[in-house]
Amino acid sequence: MQNKAKRYPGESKWKGLLYLLPALLLYLIFTFLPILETIRSSFFQAESLYGARSFVWFQNYIKLFQTSQFLSALRNNFVFIFFYSFLPISFGLFLASFLARVRVPGMRLFRTLYFIPQVLSMVVVGVMWRWMYDPNIGPINVFLRWLGLEQFAQAWLGSFTFALPAVGMAAAWVQYGFCMVLFLSGIQRIPEELYEATSLDGANAFRQFWHVTLPGLIPELSVALMTTIIAALRVFDLVFAMTKGAPGGSTEVTGLLIYRWAFELNNHSYAATMATVLTLIILLISLVIRRVFKQSEKGAL
Amino acid sequence: MKPTFRKLIPHYLLLCLVLFFVLLPLWGMLSKAFENPDPGSFGALANFKRAWTVGKFGLFFKNSIIVALIVTAISVLLSILSGYAFGKLSVSGKSLLLPLILLGYMVPFDAAIIPLYNWMRSLGLTDTLWALILPQIGLSVSFGTLWMSSYFESLPDELVDQATIDGCSRWQVLWKVLMPIARPASSTLIVLIFMWTWNEFLLALVMIQKESLRTLPVGLAFFQGRYSANIPLMAAGAIIVALPTLLLYIFFQKQFLQGLSSGAIKG
Repeated sequence: MQNKAKRYPGESKWKGLLYLLPALLLYLIFTFLPILETIRSSFFQAESLYGARSFVWFQNYIKLFQTSQFLSALRNNFVFIFFYSFLPISFGLFLASFLARVRVPGMRLFRTLYFIPQVLSMVVVGVMWRWMYDPNIGPINVFLRWLGLEQFAQAWLGSFTFALPAVGMAAAWVQYGFCMVLFLSGIQRIPEELYEATSLDGANAFRQFWHVTLPGLIPELSVALMTTIIAALRVFDLVFAMTKGAPGGSTEVTGLLIYRWAFELNNHSYAATMATVLTLIILLISLVIRRVFKQSEKGAL
Repeated sequence: MKPTFRKLIPHYLLLCLVLFFVLLPLWGMLSKAFENPDPGSFGALANFKRAWTVGKFGLFFKNSIIVALIVTAISVLLSILSGYAFGKLSVSGKSLLLPLILLGYMVPFDAAIIPLYNWMRSLGLTDTLWALILPQIGLSVSFGTLWMSSYFESLPDELVDQATIDGCSRWQVLWKVLMPIARPASSTLIVLIFMWTWNEFLLALVMIQKESLRTLPVGLAFFQGRYSANIPLMAAGAIIVALPTLLLYIFFQKQFLQGLSSGAIKG
């Protein structure tokens, strides 16, 4: 909506700014300036912890991309996109399209319960899922033994192969309820006539999904993709609570590396370099998603 | 379309199967927490009592409540003011300021944490709750401003004009005319900011070294490091952390579903 805010006759043009100022100042001091300082310090190198810093151009960045540590952490972040984003979105889409067009009594209750993981602290989620994966009493191994598949029961979070997907499944558990709720409310907005028209044309359920449901859900898909991908790239608490990057760095993620380099190894400028790269990646991905979906939204109309 | 119950059986089967996977970890935590370690000592709440006192969760709870209440109250108030400025007043430089604020809401907190820590330490504020409160207000107002301003913008200008003709000042227009209508939007903001602050982890981990000043999520993480073998005790601790946001969610479902579905990114 185009909004031409008006001033009273004789009202100072700074009046609006006065209302804005307290929030703006706090934001600038405690969020915006620190971000700028992070970017600036990524071009420096500290000679001692509190001493002078020297300007080193892009040296930190070069070092970053020459060592495998950062790249493998970043790779794990991208693996997490599969669990944070791809799995929950496809599962949520499947559930929503299966359920939305039939009036199922009690649906509200299910929806409410599905959404619960979203409001929990990630540390709580981590504690719960560590129990799920517990080698002795965890339900997953108990179930495998009950099936007679004793040989598959193992210490999931201690395994080089399975630790990353195991943490990923906990993340998927958090995210898909959110995706499903989002899509359910989106489908309700698609006019019934569109479905009726396509079923008169003899389209099967899959074609209906492809030609009516999916295009109708573009705004929700864009929100879901953006939110879940950013969450996958930002992940910190969940990994900290579940594995702390172990075993042998197989669940190491960028957020954890930044924390370690900054607050355990005290190399602030190197950690700042990682934070800057991560921030740029997040901004870039958000911009791309935004652009792509703006275009396809226009195409759908 | 009115389906018969028979036709709905596959739907309910699927719904219940999914529900089983959602509730299994939650149920596990609950049943473990009520497990009695040595019968006859405290009864069913033994683990909670131990977590509360021995695990110091009572102390962490107090810290979490203080931080979350102050951050929520100040952030929501300031966001209402700034959202009003963007939505219904003339602000010079608005087209520049809005993207600037949007940035703070999209960028990960890792991008700010290192300078924040250094500044807070040089001010002597690390190991105080201020080191958690101030940055979280700064972060919350970025989302809050965008949230409130898009809401105020959606309200018709005639409301403001009419009230102005009736002799209301800008301040009165906000609190007497707009805020009564904006109550749903502002209560959504309240529950979201409270939840994010309650669950915040990185800042609390970095800024606080003293055990007595920890918040609940960090307290739970350290607790897990020490008592990882005692699952019932840890489960009780986890429930203490989760209960307030769960209760809030049960009472304010509509606000949570609406707020998070509109693309509010979890902090």
